[in-house]
This record gives sequence, C-alpha cells and structure tokens, in this order.
Amino acid sequence: MTAHDTVPGDGSAGAPRRGIAARVAGRLGGGAVQAVLVLVALFWLVPTLGLLVASLRSNADNNSSGWWTVFTKPSQLTFSSYSALLDKPDFVDSFWNTVLITVPATVLVVVIASLAAYAFAWLEFPGRDWLFLVVVALLVVPVQVALVPVAKLYGKIEFGGFQMFGSITGVVLFHVAFGLPFAIFLLRNFFAAIPRDLLEAARMDGGSEWTIFRRVIFPLGGPAIASLGIFQFLWVWNDLLVSLVFADTDAQPMTKWLQSQMRQFTGNIDILAPGAFLSLIVPLAVFFAFQRYFVQGVLAGSVK
Amino acid sequence: MMAPREDTPPATAGAATGGAAATGPDASTGRRDGLRPPSWLAGSFLLPALLLLGFLVVYPIVYTVVRSFLDSSGGFTTSNYTGIFEGHGNLLAVRNTAIWVVVAPTLVTIVGLLFAVLTERIRWATAFKLVVFMPMAISFLASGVIFRLVYEQDPDKGVANAAMVAVHDAFSAETAYPGAGPRAGAAQPLRAEGGAVVTARPVTAGSTALLPLLRVKPEYLPAKPVPARAAAPPGPGRITGTVWFDFTRGGGGRPNAVDPSEAGLPGVRVQAVRDGKVVASATTRDDGTFTLAKVPAGPVTLRLPAGNFTAAYGGAEWLGDTLITPAIIGAYLWVWSGFAMVLIAAGLAAIPRDALEAARVDGATEWQVFRRVTIPLLSPVLVVVLVTLVINVLKVFDLVFVIGGGDPNAGVLALQMWTESFGGGNDQGAGSAIAVLLFLLVLPAMLFNIRRLRRERK
Repeated sequence: MTAHDTVPGDGSAGAPRRGIAARVAGRLGGGAVQAVLVLVALFWLVPTLGLLVASLRSNADNNSSGWWTVFTKPSQLTFSSYSALLDKPDFVDSFWNTVLITVPATVLVVVIASLAAYAFAWLEFPGRDWLFLVVVALLVVPVQVALVPVAKLYGKIEFGGFQMFGSITGVVLFHVAFGLPFAIFLLRNFFAAIPRDLLEAARMDGGSEWTIFRRVIFPLGGPAIASLGIFQFLWVWNDLLVSLVFADTDAQPMTKWLQSQMRQFTGNIDILAPGAFLSLIVPLAVFFAFQRYFVQGVLAGSVK
Repeated sequence: MMAPREDTPPATAGAATGGAAATGPDASTGRRDGLRPPSWLAGSFLLPALLLLGFLVVYPIVYTVVRSFLDSSGGFTTSNYTGIFEGHGNLLAVRNTAIWVVVAPTLVTIVGLLFAVLTERIRWATAFKLVVFMPMAISFLASGVIFRLVYEQDPDKGVANAAMVAVHDAFSAETAYPGAGPRAGAAQPLRAEGGAVVTARPVTAGSTALLPLLRVKPEYLPAKPVPARAAAPPGPGRITGTVWFDFTRGGGGRPNAVDPSEAGLPGVRVQAVRDGKVVASATTRDDGTFTLAKVPAGPVTLRLPAGNFTAAYGGAEWLGDTLITPAIIGAYLWVWSGFAMVLIAAGLAAIPRDALEAARVDGATEWQVFRRVTIPLLSPVLVVVLVTLVINVLKVFDLVFVIGGGDPNAGVLALQMWTESFGGGNDQGAGSAIAVLLFLLVLPAMLFNIRRLRRERK
C-alpha cells in the first residue's frame, strides 16, 4: 500500500477511515460468509448422508418415518438391507460385471491413447495437425449419435457362440472408443510439454521409439495418465446409458441392475438405498484418494 | 490410411533403432535429421486408436445421419425430423431441453462463481471445495436415487418437504384441526358456513361466547392437552370466549358446556365479523380461551375461518407435473457446481493481484472491483465453463431417467432418443433424427473448442 504514502491532504484523511470501515465490514462479512458456507456444505452433504442412513434402516422404518429420526432413535440402525442385498446373486454378479467392464476399459484407453498421443506430440507424419483437429472435434460428440449404428454393427459380429451385442466386450470397446478423444487430447498436451532434449538424448543413445515411449514418455506422463485413468474409471463405473443399450442381463453392471429394480420406487428403498450406496462408495474412495489428479483432469478437460 | 510417404531422406527400415552416431544437430530446427523416425511408425502408434474411432465413432455419425432420412422400409423421408416436433411427449422433451440449456448452465456457473469468490478468503476452503466437488464422482444413477429420497412427497419421509414444513411452521405458528366442525342439528350455538364455522346468533361486545367443536382427531390434539376453561368476564368493548373439544372421554359430560375433563383447543383463529368485514381477531390460548379487544358496539358474528380446518402445509409437490424439471435441475446443480467452482477458482487464482489492488487504491468498492475488474478478466473462463455445461446438459440422460421415472413431463431429447429407438419405441429412424439434432446442437461448441485450440497453439 505504498500508494497511501504518496496521497496528500484529503486523500490520506479519507484512506484510514475507509480502511477501518472496510476492516469492520470485512470481519462482519467474514462471519456471515463462513456461516453461509457452512450451510452450503451441509446442503451438499445431507442428501448423501440421507442415502447412507436410509440404507442402514429397515424397510418398515423407511416407509413409516424419515431417515433423520435415527438421531432420536439410533436403535433403528441395522445392516439387514445390506446382507439381504449381498445375498442376491444377480446383484453380486452385476458388481463383478462393473469391475470387468471398468478395469479393461480404463487400461485400454490409457494404453491406446498414450500411443496415439505420443505420435501426435513427437512423431511426424502427413496430415498430423489435421487429424488431431478431427480428434478434438470428436470430443463433444454425444454418445446418442452412435447408439443405433453400433447396435446394428455389434449385431452382425458373431462367431463361435460369441455375440458382440450384449457382451461385456462390446460395452468395453464402446467406452474405449468414446473415451479416446478426450484421452488423446489430454495426453498429447502433456507429452508435448516434455522437454525435447530428453527425447533427443534417448534417440541419440539408440533407443527405439517403443523404448522411448515405454522408458521416457510413459513414466514422465505419470500425473496426466493418473488424471486420465481416474476420469475414465469414473465415467465407465458410473455409466448407465451405454450398458442399458449394449449389455444384456448376464453382462449388466450395477447401474443397470439397480435401474431395473427401480420400477416401484417407494417399496424398494431397502434394495435401492444400499445398492446405490455400494455403487458410489468405490468412485468416492477413488475420488478422495486421488483428488489432486482429479482436479488436474478437470482443469485440463474443460472441453468435453 | 497412413500411407508411409517418405519425404525425409535417410530413413531406412531399421531407422527405428536409429543410426545413433548419425548427423550433428540441424542448426535451423534444432533437430537431428538422421534421428527423425519414419512416418510409417506413427501409423503403428495410431492404428488402434484410429480403428476404434473410425468404427465406433466416425462411421456411426455418418450412418446415423443417413438413417435419420430413411423410413422403416428404407425409402427417403424427412418425417423423422418433423416428428421430433409432433406429439405430446416429443414437444415436452423439446421444451424441457430448451429450459435445461438456458437455465442449468447459467445457474451452475453463477453458483460456481459465488462459491469460488466466497472461498477465496476462508481457511477451510479446501475442505469446502472437496465437499461441493464430491458429487462429481457419484453416478447420475446414484444421485438420482439420492434425490428421489430428498424429493419424497410425504414430509415425514422426504427431507426437502420436511425442511419446508419446519420453516413454514416456524414462521406461521398455526395449528389446524382438519375435519373438526360444529355439532350437527338445529338450535346449536355454531354452524358450518363454507369451510368456516360461525356462531348461529349474533354476539355483542361485553359478552362471553362458547364455541364447542367436535370431531377433532386425536393426532391433531396437543400432546399434553390443557383442560378447557370458562373465559374470564369481558371488559367493555371486548368479547371473551372458549373454543374447546366438547367431548368427554369415556362418555358423560354436557353438550355445549365446558366440562372439566374436556380439552381446550389452542391456536384457533377467531374473528369478529360485521357485514362481511373482520372487525377484530384473536387466537386461542392453551386452555382454549380467547379475548377479542376493541370490538365496536352492535351485534357481530364470530367466525372460525376455514384455515383452522384445512390440512396442515405439506411442502411442495417436487415430482409433480410442474416442478419436476426444476427439481431435476436442482439435482444437476448439486452434481455440477463443484466443477464450475474448481475451474473458476483456478481462473481467479490466475488474475494478477496488481489489477485488483490498483482498482482498490483508486477507491473502488469491493463490488466495483468485482464487477469492473474481476468479471472481465474472468470472462474467458466463464465462457469455457458455460460452453462445457451446455454440451453436458444436452447429453443429460440418467438423472432425468432416474428422478423422472419416465414421466413425460420431465422428458428431454437425450432421453427421448433412447426411448424412441430402444426403450419401447423401436423406431430407429426417429431416434436417429433426435441424435442428429443433438449433434447439430453441440456443433457450435465443437467449433468453439477448435478455435480455442488453434489460438492456444499460436
């Protein structure tokens, strides 16, 4: 605030007064801001808390009173809904299907997109910039555009008792394809920022492009690859629409199974509440464990 | 597709392993020509990605556009497109999508901006941001289940209505006795009139009135009823009286007289009416007694207005015809505000402090600084957030599907596309047309992204 020293006469007389007023207002405002933000935080927490508590009550309790009554009668809490749910084989199957879809879809996107991003960042080939623009353009394509044609395409792929339509493989490939534009975009920008000297040095030492990719780019790309991996994991884990169209009952993930239980909502809280909570606990754990990379991904990925 | 076209000289088949000790640095580009990998190699790096994108994204776009112009027998038609704007369900979906696109991104951006600015000066900003950001990790399906619970109609089960009822009751401490009314028959002191209850005979200032009610349901009685009491004698210009539950448990008791075991009804509003105008009003005490002050001379009618007998306030009908789309947008706000907040907070952190300080030194108030300096410097970030949200809103499917539960009043295009082509409609032409429309709607965003990218490259 050196400017105050140089302001003469009436200016310097006014400045301290404004300073005090501002400080008082700031302190009062600070208190109000804190109070508002506490309220907002509660607003954000209460709905999820409600689901958790509802999942820990019996169906009879849920149908007769609100979940908040546990604060006066904690005796309502029970794990019976969870044990009943985990006794249902189709729910347990759907949990494993979610894992079987999510893990390959994440790994494949990371590997395939890293390769492509490396080519876009460090290899020269005709039409490179043009092709990269196409990839960026594909970022925003709604999944809806591809549902009908891919369903037809999958319907034609059939061999040795294997049917693409309805299979986990089909769901995985669709997720990979639609994850690629963002993945390539994110990784290319990160790889392009790697110092040229590192690559040149590796090439000088006689490393092949594959070696450079595995030994230099992939390890250095760690943070970006982590962001991408988390994003892709969450997208695929949380997807409903793609599985709704492409996965049959044997291949359905938790989201689709839960949706099928939703026909009569009110009578089904004992299935929906614990099911929804089990389906969100994994992404939430991933989120809290890796939130730093998650934020980085959001900042990089504000194009989708 | 990646023709191995070579325009740089020394690339041999073994160039991948490279002539390690080849040429020296190229002065103009800083590259070592002999180390530049051949371009066919790029093809092998790109192949898996291009295959997948080609078969599952690019080809389907072309196919969908073609399919949208075909009828069920394969002939050319435009009726798939005109069909989007016909029929009740489709029209609602178009209208709701318009509402979503206008309201949701704006609202989320404003809330995100608010949070980003407010958290700038608090110490627990990280914790706050984590809490608001958390729903981004939760699926729309789980969020949908969460908000179905929140929006439950019955205030005893849905937390939104429970909160609304609690707030409502805190501001208007009214008690109501639904179903209560006067004793039937002639020659009774009270009679029903519309939804209200009035005295059969006029009352004058300086007298006492007995207003017995029947059919009060036990759940609406106070938890600890106070025995009704005869009212104190009135002073001049006053009317006193008692409103009570004229029913003695276990039988006995005299009709239209205050018996010791009968309960007073607290919180009943009593009005003195003359020529249809209210001239005095009061509310009964715990023992059911009331005092009307400043009653003008002459006969008046005592009235217990209908509000005393209507059911208690039950909150809003969140998932009814009119509120369902705003309610789902509310859930969307819960999920996406964290995204807007994080992006805008990053933008805020990048604003040069000097600009703000300079404005403050020049005597600008905080509000002026915010409007004239912060917002303009932040506008590129705000535009990015808005565009991203518009794209996202156009694709919103799960949340509407789960909370709306198939209610056409909640429908949006992204959901209608699925319904038409898979969820029972089985009309893939109509579904394709809706998909193409969605695609056209995101095209401006696509161009925006490409332009932004090009500018950043330069």
